[in-house]
Amino acid sequence: MLKRLKNIDFLGLILWFIRASIIAVVIWGSVATIIKNPYTTSNWIDFIVFGIAQGSMYALIAIGYSLVYGVLFMINFAHGEFFMSGILTATVLIAGPLSASGYLDKQPVWGLLLILVVSMAVSIGVALLTERIAYRPLRKAPRLVPLITAIGASFFWQYTFRGLFGSQTKPFPQIQVLAGTVPVLGIEILKSQLIVIITTIIMLIGLYIFVMRTKTGKAIRSVAEDKDVAVLMGIDVNRTITITFGVGAAMAGAAGVMYALVFRQVHFFMGFFPGLKAFTAAVLGGIGSIPGAAIGGLFLGIFESLGPALILQGLGIPAPHQLKDVIAFTMLVLILIFRPQGILGERLAENKA
Amino acid sequence: MTTMQDFNLRKAINLGLIAGFISLFISVIGLTALLSKRQLIAGILTLGQLLIFLATALLSYQAAEKSSKKSTAVLNSVIVGLVSAIPLAFLIVFESLIDLRQFFVNISPDLIKIISFGQGTTTGIAILFAAMGLVGLIMSLVYLLPPQIRRSIITGLVATLIIGTFSELLTERLRVFFGVAFSKTIFQSKALLPSVAAIILIVVTALSFVWTKTGDGIKQRFDVIPDRQKRYLRVGNWVVLLIILFLLPQFLGSYLSEVINNVGIFVLMGLGLNIVVGFAGLLDLGYVAFFAIGAYTMAVMTSTGSLGVGHVSFWLALPVSVTAATLAGIMLGTPVLRMRGDYLAIVTLGFGEIIRILANSDMLKSFLGGAQGILNIPKPEFMGTVLIQPAQLYYVVLAGCLLAAFVSYRLSRSRLGRQWMAIREDEDVAKAMGINLVKTKLLAFAIGAAFSGLAGAIFASKLTSIFPHSFNLLISINVLCLIIVGGMGSLPGVVVGALILVGLPELLREFAEYRYLMYGALLIVMMLAKPEGFWPSAIQRRELHAFKDTEPVPDSTQTE
Repeated sequence: MLKRLKNIDFLGLILWFIRASIIAVVIWGSVATIIKNPYTTSNWIDFIVFGIAQGSMYALIAIGYSLVYGVLFMINFAHGEFFMSGILTATVLIAGPLSASGYLDKQPVWGLLLILVVSMAVSIGVALLTERIAYRPLRKAPRLVPLITAIGASFFWQYTFRGLFGSQTKPFPQIQVLAGTVPVLGIEILKSQLIVIITTIIMLIGLYIFVMRTKTGKAIRSVAEDKDVAVLMGIDVNRTITITFGVGAAMAGAAGVMYALVFRQVHFFMGFFPGLKAFTAAVLGGIGSIPGAAIGGLFLGIFESLGPALILQGLGIPAPHQLKDVIAFTMLVLILIFRPQGILGERLAENKA
Repeated sequence: MTTMQDFNLRKAINLGLIAGFISLFISVIGLTALLSKRQLIAGILTLGQLLIFLATALLSYQAAEKSSKKSTAVLNSVIVGLVSAIPLAFLIVFESLIDLRQFFVNISPDLIKIISFGQGTTTGIAILFAAMGLVGLIMSLVYLLPPQIRRSIITGLVATLIIGTFSELLTERLRVFFGVAFSKTIFQSKALLPSVAAIILIVVTALSFVWTKTGDGIKQRFDVIPDRQKRYLRVGNWVVLLIILFLLPQFLGSYLSEVINNVGIFVLMGLGLNIVVGFAGLLDLGYVAFFAIGAYTMAVMTSTGSLGVGHVSFWLALPVSVTAATLAGIMLGTPVLRMRGDYLAIVTLGFGEIIRILANSDMLKSFLGGAQGILNIPKPEFMGTVLIQPAQLYYVVLAGCLLAAFVSYRLSRSRLGRQWMAIREDEDVAKAMGINLVKTKLLAFAIGAAFSGLAGAIFASKLTSIFPHSFNLLISINVLCLIIVGGMGSLPGVVVGALILVGLPELLREFAEYRYLMYGALLIVMMLAKPEGFWPSAIQRRELHAFKDTEPVPDSTQTE
C-alpha cells in the first residue's frame, strides 16, 4: 500500500481526488435527502419499479452494443438508430392504423405481436444494410475510421427517418388492457411496466440460450474469441458477424416496443439518448458480456431513476429531475475513466480501447 | 475485383437498380420536391429534377466505363438508365392506388408531378423511362468522346449547373454592381435564361479545352523557373490571397458576408479540433463544450442585460473567454489522459452533453439564464465604431482565423507538433521515445479548446444572444465532419471542409433540414472512398490507404 502511494504520479493524484470528491458528494447528498425525507415509501418504490422497467430497455439495447463489440471491437454508434427505426416504422405503419380500426383493443395480443415483429424486422433490416454498406468494407481500417462511419450512419438514419415520417412526435396508441395497475407482492405496478419487465426477462433468457446452446451461438462466441482461428475451423465469419448484428438489432427493435409502451410516443431523435445510455450500461456491466449488459442496464435504470431524488435533492439543487441525463452521463464518464472493464468484464479494456 | 471482361447484363441491371433506389430514396425523404423549387435554367431544369437524374447519370457513366467494347458501353448505359426508372415508376403506380402520404409525409402530389413530368400515370411513366434511357445514352456518348473533349464538356456542364444553382445570389449581386437591366439579360426569375446557359456551357467548355491544350505548357514553364523566383511567386500568391480576403466583404454584400462569417467561425473551431484530432489523434466529440464556455464567458462578462456581471468591452472579455476555455480544456482533458480511441470519443461526448444540460438546467439559471439564455450581448467596438454590419464583423472573424491558422501552421512544424503526430501514430512508441504524454496531450486539449473558446466568444458577440440549445452535439459533429471532409491534419483542408459543409448549406437554404442527412452520408462515403479527405496532408494519405493494400478479409458472400 505504501509503495503504491509512493509511486503515485500527478495524474493518479488527480484521479484519486476526483474519486474522493464524487464519493463525498454522493454520500452527502444521500444523507441529506434521507434526513429530510421528502418522499413517501411508495414514492421510492415507484422510482425503483420505473427504474427497473427503464433498465430492462437499456439492457435490451445494451446487448446489441455488447455483441457487436464482442465480435468486431467497435462501438456501433448507430445502434440507437436501429432501436428508433423499428418502433418508429411500426408505430406509423402498423400501430396507428390498427388502433384506428379498433383491432388493437379487440386483439391486443396479436396486435402487439405484429407490432413487435415489424419493429424487429425493420431494425434488423436497417442494421444489416448499415453493416453491409458502412462497416464491412472498413473492417481492416484504423480504429477511428469505423467509429466515424458509425457516427455518420447514426445521423444518416436519424434524418432519413425524419424525412420518411416527418419530424413531429407521434403518439403510440394506448391499449385498453394495458391501462392501470396490478398488485404484485403487495405493490401496485403499472401493467405496461410489468409487461416490459416480463418480456425482457423472457428475451434475455432466450438470447442466453441462443448464444450458449446453439451452433450459431457457438460460432458467434468463437468469432469473438479469434476471427482467424474461427475461419480455420470452417466458420463463415462474415455470416456470423451479420447474424450478430441481426440479433443485436432484433433486441433493439423489441426494446423500441417497450419504450413505446412505457412512454407512449415515438420520435426520430428518440434513439440517440437511449443508445448512449445503453452503451453506458454495456460498459458498466463489462462490454462483450451478455449478463453484464443485463446487469448494467438494470443498474443504470435504477440509478438514473433514483439518483435525482436521492442525491441531487439533498444537495439543494432545484428541479433535480432535469439533471437525470447528467447523472447517466456522469456515470458513463466515471466508469470509462475508473473502471473501463465494467462490473463483470474480465478483459483488460486498456488493450482493446 | 470487377474486371473488364465479366461486366455483363446482370451487373448493368444491378447498377440500374442501385441508381433507381437512390433516386427513390431522395424523392421519398422529400429532397426532390423541396429542391425543385430552385430553378437552374428557367422553364427547363430545376435542381430537384437534376437530383433524380444524378444517380442514373453517374452510374450509367460507370457502366460505360466498365464495358469492354464501345457497342456494349452504349447498351449497358441505356440499360442502367432504363432500369433506374423502375423504382420511381412503382412509386407513381402505388401512389395512384393508395394514399401513401398518410404514412410517408413527403410523398406529396408535387413530388408525383415532378417525377411523372406533370402527366398522368401512364404517360408520366413512359416519359420517365424515356428520360432515364436518354440520360444513360447521353452519358455513354459522353464517355465515348475523346478524353480531352469529354473532360472539357463535363467541366462546362458542371460550371453551368453551379451558376444555375446559385442564380438567386448572382442575380442580386449583379443587380448591385451592374444594374437591373444587365442582371435581367442573364437571369430570369432566379434562374439562368436558356440561351445564356447554352452560351456559358459553350464558353466554359471551349476555355477548358484550350486549357487542357496549353495548360501543360504553362506548368512546364513554371517548373523550370529557378527556385528563388518560385519562392517570390509563392509569397506573391500569399499577398494576393490576403488582399482578396481583405477586400472580400466589399464584393459580397451583407448576406454573403454573414455566410462567410459563419464559415469563419467553423474554420476557427475546425483549426482547433484539427490540432486535437488531426495532429494528436485524440477523437474529441465534446468539442462544443469549449465553444459553449467561450460563448458563455463572453456573454456573462459583456451582456448589458440582467445576467451580465462585468459590462466590460468585447476586447477585454475576449482573452478571458479564451483563458476560460483553455482551463476547461485542461480540466476536462486531465481525467481522460489514459484513454484512447473510441472510449475517449464517448467520454468527451458525455462531457459535452453534461455541459449543455447544466447550462439548460434550473440549477445554474441565476447565472446562465437556463433555457432562456443570455440576451443583450453587445457587438464588438473598434476605434469608436460598433461593428454592426456582417461586413465589419468579418474582419474580427478573419483576424481570428488568420491567427489560428498561423499558430497551427507553426505548431505543425514544431517539436510539439511532431510529438503530437508521434502520439497519433503510436502512443506506446511515443512514450518509449521519451515524449511526456501528459504534457503533450494536455497541450493539445488546451490549444484546441482555446481556438474553440475564441470562436465561441466571437459567436456570442455576433449573435448578441445565446441559448443552450445552440451548443448541442450536432456542432461537434459538424466540426468533426468538416475536418474529415477537408482532410485530417491538413490546414487548407479545414477551410475547404468549412466552405463545403457550412457555406454550401447556408447558400442552399431550403436544404437546411437535410444538412445532417448529407453530413451522415458524407462521413460514410468519405471513409469508404476517400478517408484522407479532399485536401489531405501527405502523412494521412499514406496511412489511411495502407490498409487497402493488405490482404483483404476472405469475403465469402462475394463468391456467389
